[in-house]
Amino acid sequence: MIDTRIAKNVVRRIRPAHGLVPLNLKDLWEYRELLYFLVWRDITVRYKQSTLGMAWAFIQPLLTMIVFTVLFGWLVKVPSDGMPYPVFAYAALLPWQLFSSAVTLSSNSLAANQHLISKVSFPRIIIPVSAVAVSLLDFVVGSVALVGMLALYKVALTVAVFVLPVLALVALTAALGLGLWVSALSVRFRDVRHALPFLIQVGMFATPVVYSASLVAESWRMLYALNPMVGVVEGFRWALLGSGTASGTMLCLSVVLAAALLISGLSFFRQAERTFADMI
Amino acid sequence: MTDIVIRVEGLGKRYQLRGSEPRSNEHCERSPRGWRGLWRRFQGQYRRGTDDQRSDIFWAIKDISFSVERGEVLGVIGENGSGKSTLLKILSGITDPTTGTADITGRMGSLLEVGTGFHPELTGRENTYLNGAILGIKNAEIRRRFDEIVAFAEVEKFIDTPVKFYSSGMYVRLAFAVAAHLEPEILLLDEVLAVGDAAFQRKCLGKMGAVAQAGRTVLFVSHNLAAVRNLCGRTLLLESGALEKIGPTEEVISHYLSKTAVELTSSVALPACSPDDPGRGCKLHFFNVERLPQAQFRLGEPWRIVVEFELYRSVPHVIAAVGLISLESVPLITYWSKPKDLRPGRYCVEFECELPLAACEIQFAVGLSSYERPFYYVQGIGHVSISPVAVREQPFRTSGSGMLMSLRQSEIHPVVAEERAAS
Repeated sequence: MIDTRIAKNVVRRIRPAHGLVPLNLKDLWEYRELLYFLVWRDITVRYKQSTLGMAWAFIQPLLTMIVFTVLFGWLVKVPSDGMPYPVFAYAALLPWQLFSSAVTLSSNSLAANQHLISKVSFPRIIIPVSAVAVSLLDFVVGSVALVGMLALYKVALTVAVFVLPVLALVALTAALGLGLWVSALSVRFRDVRHALPFLIQVGMFATPVVYSASLVAESWRMLYALNPMVGVVEGFRWALLGSGTASGTMLCLSVVLAAALLISGLSFFRQAERTFADMI
Repeated sequence: MTDIVIRVEGLGKRYQLRGSEPRSNEHCERSPRGWRGLWRRFQGQYRRGTDDQRSDIFWAIKDISFSVERGEVLGVIGENGSGKSTLLKILSGITDPTTGTADITGRMGSLLEVGTGFHPELTGRENTYLNGAILGIKNAEIRRRFDEIVAFAEVEKFIDTPVKFYSSGMYVRLAFAVAAHLEPEILLLDEVLAVGDAAFQRKCLGKMGAVAQAGRTVLFVSHNLAAVRNLCGRTLLLESGALEKIGPTEEVISHYLSKTAVELTSSVALPACSPDDPGRGCKLHFFNVERLPQAQFRLGEPWRIVVEFELYRSVPHVIAAVGLISLESVPLITYWSKPKDLRPGRYCVEFECELPLAACEIQFAVGLSSYERPFYYVQGIGHVSISPVAVREQPFRTSGSGMLMSLRQSEIHPVVAEERAAS
């Protein structure tokens, strides 16, 4: 990789790394073009040779929503805080899928780009970041479907919708943080790849996606909110539908936890990335 | 003042071998168990001084020091596993060294593989941009030189076809074309010429030569000694991870060849054939003019082939023959003996080879026949190497291929006026 921004006579020193590595996030900006191309590649490749193409980004969450509605809304009759179950479920599915697909994609991203890691030098962090960016795009497309559903069920929006980007950012932060941990670990321990789908599934049930957080006993709620996605998902419901148990404390906890995940993930990733090329 | 752009000091890289998976230097010590152990594995810290006693420690390169001046083209040669690729990986920043430092002045680009990051589902056009981004060429730069790249690769017609439908030649040409437009001040190249057909390899070599002539600093790792000889002023020889020799290319290559020559055997046993046959070939020997066994000859040096064979019955009109075949299975020449009626016993026959062969690797075919009906034949046996280092510098030019002939009667004349008018 050419460091195009390095001036002519600047000396770059290669030496063994010891101790803690600085986060050096400047890298990410310097290699933004590569980041852009990796995101673009993943999106382009995903829908090549598929007739429906980008429509799949709509279809997938909608189908999940329909399955949940039939299963939990009609058969199990999960209480939905007085909202129509499809909107109730979709408002939660959207941020949850953002989180789960970001974590899943980033955990596989390093292995999928093995050939790049062993042959080209660039800040490895670009790879999980690009995976998270890809899931963000799905999220944006899915949001369009949400707008349609809100109109269909005649849900009036309030000023609270402006909290949504903040909530999405919290979900992204948590997802990237966890994604960094998981992807770096999966280089060393391939077990991660087998355990993750299961953990994601458990995570979904530990998050108020198919049910409402009001079902969780008051005394357990703080423990429950240690899952950063609880605050985000409940926040989504609150912002869109005005329902749910969202509280300022819960949300603050989510923000703090997501930030902690990201910072620890970043430093762990930086520490581990030096040996990626040797181990992958 | 000399202008040094790469200064390497005491560079070393240690791997730990455990099971089938080579692990990095960081995990060398006996890991503490449990969580502490897991954490240690990710830390870049290890205790020193314990590694020498351990058999699963492997130094891919060890204590390498050299420097490269601006505009110099340095060849890096050595056998497989001698640490060439590890050296380039460290210099290009893909992996960290265990010991030592390397100071690099200026923008550096590395090309360790042609077509890294090509995605089969993407079209040629899309891959060109993607690969450019991966190699660190700015998007604007690629856009500006896009036509030039496509023309160099000769894939104009298929530029909007997914590369999974490309022939392997087209794929490699496009990949190389993108890489060839990488224009850093220091370029690291690893074996990139080991792909494509002969014509394309020549084209790549030409491009590399142009890069070198443009005053850029190049580190060129290759097994192709002829290419190294053509491109590099100085060469570095690695052997089992250590720097064996660095100096003028000519010297280093002959040093390298003299060391590897020992491994080419000067005497090969020939396989037995059907027991019904009246005889079989036994051995193939190679000698230099002084009758010393040898299997590595310099360009222009005469050498001898001896075929030893055995007959079980009396056979009339026996001819022994030996054929020279290049490693690429191109037959070069066949030598016959005079026909002779023979009784059972062991015989040998000698052939003198004085062909002006260019640097090449040669295999052999051995045949025995009676009245032109063969009763013994083997091929693809033995291995003789003709090195590109000439016995006399002239008339042997080393850049040619096949038979090298310098024809004294073929003189160059100016085209005279009436001839020009006639044509």
